[in-house]
Amino acid sequence: MYPPNFDYVTPSTLDEALAVLSESENAKVLSGGMSLIPLMKLRLVRPATVVDISRIPGLDGVVDHGDHIEIGAMVRTAETAGNALIAEHATALAEAASATADLQVRNQGTTCGSIAHADLAADQPAAVLALAGTMVAASTRGTREIAAADFFVDTLTSALESDEILVKIKIPKGGKSVYRKLGRRGGGSDYPIAAAAVWVDTDGSTVADARIAVTGVSSKPYLASESAAAMVGTGGSGEAIAAASSHATDGVVVLEDLYASVDYRTHLAKVYVKRALEDVLA
Amino acid sequence: MSTTSVMGGIVRRKEDPALIQGKGVYVDDKKFHGELSVAFVRSPFAAATIESIDTSAAEALDGVWAVYTSADVSHLGPNPAQVPVGALRPLLAEGVVKHVGEAVAMVVASDRYIAEDAAELVFVDYDPGEAVVDLKEAFTDAVKVHADASNTLLTWNGNAWWAGVIELPDPQPAIQESKLRDDAIVVSLEMTNQRLIPTAIEPRAVIAEWNDGYGSVELWTSSQIPHAVAGAIGITFGIASNKVRVVAPEVGGGFGVKLNVYPDEILVCFASKQLGRPVRWTETRREAAFSSIQGRGWLGTATITGTSEGKILGYELEVMCDMGAYTHNFTVAIPLLGLFVASGQYDIPTSYKLHCVTTNTMTTDAYRGAGRPEAAYYLERIIDVFSRRIGMDPADVRKANFWPPEAFPVQVPIGLTMDSGNYAENLDSLLDRVGYDDLKAKRDAARSEGRLLGIGLSSYVEVCGFGPSVLVGTAFSWASYGLPSAFNGSGVVRVQPDGTCTVTIGTGPSGQGHETTWAQIVSDGLGIPMDNIEVHHGDSLDSPMGVGTFGSRSIAVDGSATFEATGRVREKAAVIAGHLLEAAADDMVFEDGGAHVAGSPDRAVTWAEIALSAYQPHTLPEGVEGGLESSVVFSPPNATWPFGSHMALVEVDPETGDVDLLNYWATDDCGNVINPMIVDGQVHGGIAQGVAQALFEEAIYDSDGNLLTTSMIDYALPSAENLPMFSLDRTVTPTDSNPLGVKGIGEAGTIGSAQTIVNAVVDAVAHLGVEHIEMPLRPKRVWQAIQDARG
Repeated sequence: MYPPNFDYVTPSTLDEALAVLSESENAKVLSGGMSLIPLMKLRLVRPATVVDISRIPGLDGVVDHGDHIEIGAMVRTAETAGNALIAEHATALAEAASATADLQVRNQGTTCGSIAHADLAADQPAAVLALAGTMVAASTRGTREIAAADFFVDTLTSALESDEILVKIKIPKGGKSVYRKLGRRGGGSDYPIAAAAVWVDTDGSTVADARIAVTGVSSKPYLASESAAAMVGTGGSGEAIAAASSHATDGVVVLEDLYASVDYRTHLAKVYVKRALEDVLA
Repeated sequence: MSTTSVMGGIVRRKEDPALIQGKGVYVDDKKFHGELSVAFVRSPFAAATIESIDTSAAEALDGVWAVYTSADVSHLGPNPAQVPVGALRPLLAEGVVKHVGEAVAMVVASDRYIAEDAAELVFVDYDPGEAVVDLKEAFTDAVKVHADASNTLLTWNGNAWWAGVIELPDPQPAIQESKLRDDAIVVSLEMTNQRLIPTAIEPRAVIAEWNDGYGSVELWTSSQIPHAVAGAIGITFGIASNKVRVVAPEVGGGFGVKLNVYPDEILVCFASKQLGRPVRWTETRREAAFSSIQGRGWLGTATITGTSEGKILGYELEVMCDMGAYTHNFTVAIPLLGLFVASGQYDIPTSYKLHCVTTNTMTTDAYRGAGRPEAAYYLERIIDVFSRRIGMDPADVRKANFWPPEAFPVQVPIGLTMDSGNYAENLDSLLDRVGYDDLKAKRDAARSEGRLLGIGLSSYVEVCGFGPSVLVGTAFSWASYGLPSAFNGSGVVRVQPDGTCTVTIGTGPSGQGHETTWAQIVSDGLGIPMDNIEVHHGDSLDSPMGVGTFGSRSIAVDGSATFEATGRVREKAAVIAGHLLEAAADDMVFEDGGAHVAGSPDRAVTWAEIALSAYQPHTLPEGVEGGLESSVVFSPPNATWPFGSHMALVEVDPETGDVDLLNYWATDDCGNVINPMIVDGQVHGGIAQGVAQALFEEAIYDSDGNLLTTSMIDYALPSAENLPMFSLDRTVTPTDSNPLGVKGIGEAGTIGSAQTIVNAVVDAVAHLGVEHIEMPLRPKRVWQAIQDARG
């Protein structure tokens, strides 16, 4: 629980932070520290330089841009959970944020930090997948946008390059979404054993479009595209939901651990896709 | 004469303002000038031979003062504070390692970060061997943990307690005969009481300073037993016990994990002696998982023979108990403690057979309840299975077998005597308060809608408040530690010259509120305000010779010593006050911060005036010595026997197996109560830890002996959000084994709760065909049980 020595820098501008990242061989970005610091204390991650972005002005806003909202790099998970804009336009993300860890961790950790960390069982990545969020990554080479669907590469691996900072997430408005989970300590408590975020756009009683994301089940949060496709065009009946949820783990390798067998976790993925669909269409 | 009323009243905790403000002093808060820090090199293997250890790279690192291995410390011998049954843990591994996390080398550096860097540079060449983790496999001796000894350290077969001390008739013939009856119904079930990692919010921490000039050593340690630690250090280093000061300051939770003398407590003294600097080590949370003791770890079969009317004719329990690789302070004694309460509240022939088995895992020892939750679990689970088999309400089955109140004192099958009990009244009180019939109707109505509600019930009886001297002194003599104590209690009450009061006790809190409770006892006896009473503890030289806090013993034993000392101070103060007021000592009434003549409140002196006189002997009456203090050692004639009944209402999600604990009720009987708020707090914490075992926690080793649960990510400790508000009540059946009539309440909540939850969950799914689910009842297990039952 004692990391090896590292350099610690606190840039006061984004450019300064990006410059340090571009020059350093082995630097890590620190925002809230709720993922990075435990790994450093276990000596599983050994950065030469830690770039603390918490003192850079302008990264802590939740901004309404008309057709989408923007969540800055330093927006704490607790704010995501309680922000009215997010609650209205990105309900699944607000619910996922409020289901993350405990209050102390939510007060300290950031939404962007959790997403950049790309834990296979984190809550908020599933929500940004279902909401078709766009990740805005900055480096000295410029700024680029990465679709959520392309962002989560593997366990603890995202599409971010080592010199990039996830400076904000853009979430398009429209539709309705929810997040439903079973946590390791029962109910919504602790890391999900399995969880689903569901976004739908309806035309009258017909499901015009849907995205379904699953977390805690495979090596990364993923879009259950077959489930979503099965919902589109249906009236959201119980039969339609059951049929769609049966595809929740199609094409993925379901993981086994202390909390679930493959069979149980596969079953849970279907149950939580089903429950999320029922609730979002209710 | 008791004239104030703080005893039995809710008094806010005196210790909380400092603790809440972060101003309490724990070991890690205590800084010594020039201190060095320790990191340990720990074995990654559960069984291996150490071919060589190369410390040169570590020693070459800037800031490293020393790297020690067994070659440096083996002359000190093993830690002496270990039950001499099974292998003793060496201070550092001597050529072999027997569990993952065993300390192999000790690095001392100018700070902890350098020490950890250096620990990574110690190269240990291991030749891994075969480990045995599974209890049944270990029992066969096919793989031996220690090459020259059977894995089975001790087999207890029968019912005589400490052979030769008390002999009782063997119940087995009667039990076997009852099985032949035409109306005999036999139910039997193998159940696991899984291994747990006791988790105190403050990990263990030590700092030692050896002083060559004085030939003395001072050790600060987060411990429940500072006197025993001092004894072990004195023996290890061959110095007198009055040259060893062990201080346990604020202790942030104990639960038994700090009821051991650990090698690190000795090793930091050694390093300080060698290096001439204070030496500190604080356990990391990860180390706490595998290098401090663990608890439980039983696999057993419980069998009831009974009749369809609910009469239990015999109870048999045979268990294998996992001791881990080495034995510590109590280890093999923990299962034996279960003997005392094997038959619970019931008048039933009981046979108890146990095997203490060694495995390549961390040592097990006392964890809150220590043998008694395990015993209660097996008995109260199998009674539930029996009740269901005969189709009788589990409350009625329990009532049909209780010892009636007129039976007391009752000799328990193991030989001790339960002094008091009123079990049926206690259970009826719980059932009335809960509205048991309505609750069952609610459960049944929900079930008809497809919801899975379940009700769980457990009775329990605890044995605690240890002594008595005749038992403990025979069985557990700690003389080998340099601690000639048979679990007496001690208390010193001193009135200071300004009329305030200092109380010094041989036990010490690890969060239980001793400072408030003890001040209530003294305030009640002397009429000195609570704010003017300071309670001191946890210093092996300045506290009276003590034993420590464990086994729910502090209030019954040390509390009684303080009560007696208070009475003696009051007697002397009455003589002095009477002299000052020119009245008879017998006419003195103590209240409102002084004494007055009965019936004449205006003829009064303050405690300051009484005390001032006591310390100016020329003002005292003829023949009265100066000073105003008393020191009492209290040795109880018997242990105490709290009991109670717990009930839970749960709902199981039929689709996921997720268990929602909706309500929890407990009616406990710990005799007289000094501070109801503190007692409730103890029950709350106890229930939380029992619920934790039932639903959440499990120390999991893989077959190679790797501990898979070394962080809070993998070891699911519940938090407040996982628990409902508990609904508590009490019956009061005082004991006559101590002058306070108190029995202890630290462990009762844990002893009563795990099986209450399991009984409730099984009740929720029994109609689907589920007979039992192993703890912890994680969703996957409950779901699997439902799947299996449905075929």
